[in-house]
Amino acid sequence: MPMKTARLADEATETATLTAETKAALDVRSVQKTYEGQGRTVEAIRELTFEVGPGQLVCIVGPSGAGKTTLLRCMAGLLELSGGEVVLDGRPVTGPPDGMAVVFQEYGRSLFPWMTVRQNIELPLKEKGLGKAARREAVDAALAAVGLLESADAHPWQLSGGMQQRVAIARAVAYEPSVLLMDEPFAAVDAQTRAELEDLVRSLWKRLGVTVIFVTHDIDEAVYLGERVLVLSNRPTVLLEDVAVDLPPERDQLSTRSAPRFGELRGHVYELVQAAKLGQRPGGDVEEP
Amino acid sequence: MTRHPVIRKAFFALALPLLLLTAWWVATANSTSFFWPPLSEILATFPETWFNGRMVQDVLPSLARLGVGFALAFVVGIAGGTIIGLFPLLRALTEPVMEFFRALPPPVLVPVIALFTGYTGSVGKVVTIALGCLWPLLLNTVEGVRGLEPVLIDTARSYRLSLWRRMLYVVLPGASPRMATGARQALSIGVILMVISELFGANRGLGAAIVQFQRSFAVPEMWTGIILLGLIGVLLSVTFQFFEKRVLAWYVGQRDIERGA
Ligand SMILES: Nc1ncnc2c1ncn2[C@@H]1O[C@H](COP(=O)(O)OP(=O)(O)OP(=O)(O)O)[C@@H](O)[C@H]1O
Ligand SMILES: [Mg+2]
Repeated sequence: MPMKTARLADEATETATLTAETKAALDVRSVQKTYEGQGRTVEAIRELTFEVGPGQLVCIVGPSGAGKTTLLRCMAGLLELSGGEVVLDGRPVTGPPDGMAVVFQEYGRSLFPWMTVRQNIELPLKEKGLGKAARREAVDAALAAVGLLESADAHPWQLSGGMQQRVAIARAVAYEPSVLLMDEPFAAVDAQTRAELEDLVRSLWKRLGVTVIFVTHDIDEAVYLGERVLVLSNRPTVLLEDVAVDLPPERDQLSTRSAPRFGELRGHVYELVQAAKLGQRPGGDVEEP
Repeated sequence: MTRHPVIRKAFFALALPLLLLTAWWVATANSTSFFWPPLSEILATFPETWFNGRMVQDVLPSLARLGVGFALAFVVGIAGGTIIGLFPLLRALTEPVMEFFRALPPPVLVPVIALFTGYTGSVGKVVTIALGCLWPLLLNTVEGVRGLEPVLIDTARSYRLSLWRRMLYVVLPGASPRMATGARQALSIGVILMVISELFGANRGLGAAIVQFQRSFAVPEMWTGIILLGLIGVLLSVTFQFFEKRVLAWYVGQRDIERGA
């Protein structure tokens, strides 16, 4: 499969249509990240440039260690960039921006063990200035959405890994962010719950109009959820391809996944990820990491 | 006897002390040694020694000095330790000094402090106790704050928690297990210093009383003082565990689950 070299042209037309309406919600411009440790430097991200329109749902896939988490932390303002900039709603990101929620890959360690599930979800809402009744309502709604209402008074460490992950998702959802970053949020849940949570993300996304960046290693999931799938190369990371998912906006676990176009997209992304694992880079050259 | 869990626990807690007391009782029952009077005689002396005013004039002032000294060290140690733990630069700056003071055996402080505050007043004793208690509290708090889970800090940052919410809901609870460790160490050092700080000048206090008994060859009375000191230690430790269990229930629960897994 030839790499899509017409990417720049694609992006140009897309940018044009976007600026006609509003500016991009999230603008990643020549972002570079090199970790400098004691005697060890790791070039995680070589150069990444892409835009995410307001209210878009973009999935990011790539080989393990490609720098997906690094990219997410850069966008979240948690990591200093080595080059380039991230612009959110026209303002450069220098620290954690307002109205953004992050679901971390280490979901279990992102929950406060000294608080109950309810208190964990409530804390960011307190900071937002919500009243007691409004908080209670928001927490109950978020817990009901992830099917954990009866665990509200448990402590996170009393729950299974999958349940902890759902608490972390509920916390982000209850916060009603305008940008939601999720790092492999469904890795620890069973297939059935996973399908439910995928539909939950889609429906919340539609209802709240939130911009979603969704990192996953599951290619089916990326195609099923996203309007676009960004495929990253091996480390040091560049963008391998920006795949537009031209499936109808109404998605359904059964009919969407069995649609022929779904199969084609899935196959295409699969090949890209396989190529990325083997060191394929844009332009067709193979580089040893 | 072993059917009810509470009875079972009480049995295990009391079995060894009772056995030791019995052994002491039997071993000294017919003792004619001046220095090892029979336990029965020691116990008989106990009420008249302590409940005729000494409780109020000696024991309570000692405990009050311990309480004030420990409380001072607690506040300063936790506040200072939190600030030092949060700023790596400050930590690098203060670490050698803290290690130096921790390495000094606390009793060495007694004569030095007495030079400034005199031997007889309470101030010098409180300062001695507070200084001895300070280092374990301070150093453990620094370690606790430094060892906070980074993902939790990122979570707090990404939800833009204000400084005081970060302190109250993230930093202090996260460091609280280490703070409790520090407080436990500080408490036992505090009890030691409570006694030692009274050994120098002739005055009142539990430690002073024991020394006076010993110097005036009131041997059974001296033994009652030692027993009382031990009982106070047990009482303090039980009280401490009571609060620890409440405040750190989450920590104990999590640790037990992690160990079981
Ligand atoms: N704090 C750090 N210091 C040094 N190197 C790091 C650090 N964090 C990540 N790296 C390195 O950067 C590279 C990218 O890591 P990252 O966690 O972003 O990958 P990832 O795509 O999220 O992987 P996975 O799919 O396994 O989660 C890896 O080689 C990793 O070893
Ligand atoms: Mg990752």
